[in-house]
Amino acid sequence: MLRALLTCVSAVALVAAAGCGSSSGGTDQANTANGPVELTVATFTEFGYEDLLKEYEQAHSNIKITQRKTGQGGPYHQEFLTKLAAGSGLADVQALEEGHLSDFLDKSAKFNDLNQIGPQGLQDRWLKWKYDAGKSKDGKLIGYGTDIGPLAMCYRTDMFAAAGLPTDPAGVKSLFATWDSYFAAGDQFTKATGKAWFDSSAQVFNAMINQLDTGYLNTDDTLAIESNPGIKKSWDQVTSAATHGQSAKLTAFSPEWNSGFKQGAFATKTCPSWMLGVVKEQAGPENAGKWAVTDAFPNGGGNWGGSYLTVPTQSKHPKEAAELAAWLTAPEQQLKAFKKTGNFPSQVKAMESPELLATTNDYFGATKIGELFAAQAKKVTKAQYKGPKDGQIQENVTSPALSAVEQGKSPSDGWQQVVDGAKKLVR
Amino acid sequence: MTLSEELATDDQRTPQPGDGPRGRSGWRHRLARLDVKASPYLYIAPFFVVFAVVGLFPLLYTGYISLFRWELGSDNPTFIGLQNYVELFADNQFYRTLTNTFSIFLLSSGPQIVIAVLLAALLNSRLRTPTGWRVGVLLPYAASLVAIGIIFANLFGPKYGLVNSVFQFFGLDRIDWQANRFASHIAIAVMVNWRWTGYNALIILAAMKAIPKELYEAARVDGASAVRQFRSVTLPLLRPTLVFVIITSTIGGLQIFTEPKLFDAMPGSNNGGSTNQFQTVTLYMYQTAFESQHFGYASAIAWVLFLVILVVASVNFLLTRRIASTGGPS
Repeated sequence: MLRALLTCVSAVALVAAAGCGSSSGGTDQANTANGPVELTVATFTEFGYEDLLKEYEQAHSNIKITQRKTGQGGPYHQEFLTKLAAGSGLADVQALEEGHLSDFLDKSAKFNDLNQIGPQGLQDRWLKWKYDAGKSKDGKLIGYGTDIGPLAMCYRTDMFAAAGLPTDPAGVKSLFATWDSYFAAGDQFTKATGKAWFDSSAQVFNAMINQLDTGYLNTDDTLAIESNPGIKKSWDQVTSAATHGQSAKLTAFSPEWNSGFKQGAFATKTCPSWMLGVVKEQAGPENAGKWAVTDAFPNGGGNWGGSYLTVPTQSKHPKEAAELAAWLTAPEQQLKAFKKTGNFPSQVKAMESPELLATTNDYFGATKIGELFAAQAKKVTKAQYKGPKDGQIQENVTSPALSAVEQGKSPSDGWQQVVDGAKKLVR
Repeated sequence: MTLSEELATDDQRTPQPGDGPRGRSGWRHRLARLDVKASPYLYIAPFFVVFAVVGLFPLLYTGYISLFRWELGSDNPTFIGLQNYVELFADNQFYRTLTNTFSIFLLSSGPQIVIAVLLAALLNSRLRTPTGWRVGVLLPYAASLVAIGIIFANLFGPKYGLVNSVFQFFGLDRIDWQANRFASHIAIAVMVNWRWTGYNALIILAAMKAIPKELYEAARVDGASAVRQFRSVTLPLLRPTLVFVIITSTIGGLQIFTEPKLFDAMPGSNNGGSTNQFQTVTLYMYQTAFESQHFGYASAIAWVLFLVILVVASVNFLLTRRIASTGGPS
């Protein structure tokens, strides 16, 4: 009873707050000329915007900014989707992660077209594939790119040496040329050491799928799982490698996976730029100097992660919000954010800056990671089409099915699980 | 004019409109009667108003939504009648999650109540610092559920978990607590029991304290052993409390959500394992509504779960009444 009452009270408070919010918004709109414009910016994890927002406020005396920060991306995007559906409660500038993008592009009517309300002539600011991925099917630009996650390969030099594999960047290039050569090297490695080649099937499979022209859905939003031979081929390659002992069978980001880094349970890791921090934290100082990162990635490059800034139509100040978002995603600002958080910028100019190119990472043997990831980002040729629920198919259909195969299910039964699961989700 | 006079005159003559003081006193009289009749309802009204707002309305509205194909954020849901229920009764995943739920519920509620009764009996015996023991028993209940979930998921880690290391130390086989369906249910049940057993033990202890001492004295005079006293005096008199404990743990057990969600190796996942081997009905419902965004279908799941709980709770009620009364001194 007490709990029910409290819920009711807080619900009333919420409604009241929402009521206040909308009414004050109304007056703001009327007094744009003289009163201050209040903008809210919602982000998750760390975007490195705290100082930048203060800087923007100082330069624009009529603008007051509040930042709403959420720790985890998952709950943040769920709330984002619910408030988008409810039609109120969102910030003026909402950050949106690439993995969730497909669920939101589908609802582009609820977002402002930034090419219409924002500053003109910005499209050359970003890498073309990053810019294109932020556009809905009907050509609306719903988000300005912030950062990206260009893919490289991380590997344990000591374990490579123990298996008789080359350890220097030039030597491993041929191992990481194609997926075939990658899995062949894996076979050689597991035979020699009895240890796993990669951490988890899903972590490899997702990178392979990201290199295809379209994701799990065709451009007409029908399921591509059964019709696109690329998906089945990748499935066969990964599951065959897993049944040959190449997978450490550790679900990514689980406590066991974290321990796996410390224990040296696997020798390679698909490594987007932001993964370097994860590797360093989980492998810890005792493994310093053992990990290396190289710009050779099977079948070229790829991207995993990165975000956009959007302006939902429920914003009371769409024009001011778009201006702020455009400023935040300018090369100068994203470079500052990169220095603060390590989020790799998606802007061409930022990637050419000497500061970024000179950035090194001591944990990975003082590799020039700025130069390395800038090169990897340019290897991505075009944005992959991701239809609605693409991200969910990856999270809730293919990843669990791959883990089921690792736990002993036959690859063909696992494939059936993928087909059935995807059909159920997209209906 | 005194109240008795007022009542007396009222009895003699019904007041007319414009009757001056008489009319007003009649109104006051009716107000007093209204007070006696209506006030109790007003006093309990807040509960029912709150219940109607946060309980009944959502319940009925969920039923309404379950008749639609309703995507989260969609502007024009389509009415499809009972189609969601038809699909649900042919949905393998639904039966799988229902089985998981019952399995976890039985593995948790069963041992939990037995242990709680025994624990309460222990706490009821003469102990030093009884308050210390009672607080100790309640401590797991005070711990954060999320923290418990994360710690237990770590303990039951298939590769680097403590439980498997202990098993290995004693020469037992390692168990894949994530992959093996039954093992995962046990792991989750352990988590539930660890949290709730102490809480239930205290409720039962309170009931035990209320049993009159004379009954035990009489039993002892009749030569009943401690075990016999427990069976023939304690248990039957605990009946109302046991009914309460069993019904609340049924309701809780069938709605179990946080433990399986946190147990999944994939952080934040609602899948309940790679093949939904430990996904419960509530977890499936949550996933359907807020991840897959099929609101209508999720509402249908919610309603069926509601009915299932009603049925199970009443079966439990009847069973406990029977069991407790057959063991009685009658």
